[in-house]
Amino acid sequence: MTNALVTGTAIAVATGLVGYFMVLRSQVFTGDALSHVSVTGALAALALGVDARLGLFAATIAVGVGIGVLGLRGRADDVVIGSVFAWVLGLGVLFLSLYTTSRSAGNGAGGVSVLFGSILAVSGARARVAVAIAAVIAACVLLIARPLLFASVDEAVAEARGVQVRALGVAFLALVGAVAAEATQIVGALLLLGLLAAPAGAALRLTARPYRALWVSVALAVASVWGGLGLNSLAPRLPPSFAIIAVASAFYALTFLALPRRRGSKASM
Amino acid sequence: MLAVAGAHFTWNLADDFRQLFEFPFMVNAFRAGTIVAVVAGAIGWFMVLRRQAFAGHTLALVGFPGAAGAIWLGVSATWGFFGFCVGAALLIAWLRPERGEGYSEESSGIGVVQAFALACGFLFVSLYRGFLNGINALLFGSFLGVTNGQVLVLLIVGGAALTALAAVGRPLLFTSIDPDVAAARGVRVRALSVLFLVLLGLTVAEVSQITGTLLVFALLVMPPATAQLLTARPGVSVAITVVIGLLVTWLGLAVAYFTPYPIGFFVTSFAFAGYVGAAALRRGGRRRVIA
Repeated sequence: MTNALVTGTAIAVATGLVGYFMVLRSQVFTGDALSHVSVTGALAALALGVDARLGLFAATIAVGVGIGVLGLRGRADDVVIGSVFAWVLGLGVLFLSLYTTSRSAGNGAGGVSVLFGSILAVSGARARVAVAIAAVIAACVLLIARPLLFASVDEAVAEARGVQVRALGVAFLALVGAVAAEATQIVGALLLLGLLAAPAGAALRLTARPYRALWVSVALAVASVWGGLGLNSLAPRLPPSFAIIAVASAFYALTFLALPRRRGSKASM
Repeated sequence: MLAVAGAHFTWNLADDFRQLFEFPFMVNAFRAGTIVAVVAGAIGWFMVLRRQAFAGHTLALVGFPGAAGAIWLGVSATWGFFGFCVGAALLIAWLRPERGEGYSEESSGIGVVQAFALACGFLFVSLYRGFLNGINALLFGSFLGVTNGQVLVLLIVGGAALTALAAVGRPLLFTSIDPDVAAARGVRVRALSVLFLVLLGLTVAEVSQITGTLLVFALLVMPPATAQLLTARPGVSVAITVVIGLLVTWLGLAVAYFTPYPIGFFVTSFAFAGYVGAAALRRGGRRRVIA
């Protein structure tokens, strides 16, 4: 439980930071794609017989950089993302079949923990590695936070002022890839999008001031993980991954109750 | 995939065709694949035009929690399934900001809808304690093991979806290309956008129950994306989409039949190759025009 709490907190800080910029830059679909790519990465590692984490990080970071390089100005069109990630999932099904035929046992359990995570199964050594990687990701985000914010809010002006917009975009997508691989370990590939998008989406609705929103996003992500683990210990039948995402989604939903929905222009319709 | 069946590829193509259709499950796979390719192509064409691939992917996934919840509660899976699909489609439509406001609110909303729906699915499955294998089937799926009844369901759903799409096709095309002018001409932009999302949700979710999300999503995105790279004329582009969809599906099924590897891999790979080819062709063409 201590391991779960420590790892979960560290990863939540990283997802809160990365998630904020991801939502600000409207790249949530990229996050969705990278979360599915992590399934392929893990399955490839299983098929090849290496540590699943190696496959996770290699696949998500490679695809993140690839999407960034292919897209205009380090951002990709959603059709490009959709096509690339449908194909990567196609590779995933190939690795799944290679894996299940090479290991004679019909091993579904490994796949399920990749899809839905297993925060309570994080052991001492794995926890230390995960915390270290989360710290590196968080440090990288904070290091590029200022220029990245500039580039995200006003790309043209940032470029005119000499900010390396394209390189920043690619570097940021590599960070999204790394955080996706990290979060897969606690909430799983299918659910990590909630941990990336919900706290950040809520933070952006709550305040328009960038740095405050960044910290609100981190706080909400950490609160989601703690709340989820708390719910799980109160009601053990609730899987922790579900509880974490439910708390995060609740925060997001609450911002709609607390604040009236912002509308662009009411006149046009 | 089916090397078990003793299928051997020979250069005698007539013999290969006989082998392909030897088993009823393969015939059903071709039937299901054909229906899905046509329907997904037509709806996906509008989805790609409207840049709603993320919404499409999310809607393809929400059928699973709906069905899982219904099974856990002991009611018919159909109810949960329609409830979740329509609910998610309406929610996404409601989150979609009117023009001018940034895109980020919509996309984070869709992300939350998707993650929460899948989390609910996981909860229902773990409460029900069973059918975890269904999750792999949902994600990756295949056309194999489709029954006669399911082919009928696919045919009915596909027919209904195509009819609805044909009915709103013209105004939908108008609003997708230029919402401002369409609104000025009295087209009900908002209503059409909600209607399209509900239509997308119902169709995609129903189809993904039978064939898995991967194949539906691949056929939804890649053929239209390829076709829209090749031509700007709407009618021709829809026709190319359907042709590409059918080709990659049939080819994928046939190749998978003679090799030990899964259909999903071949269908997505052929479709992706087509897309990359079209992109290269277009880029080369543009360079020549500039030069």
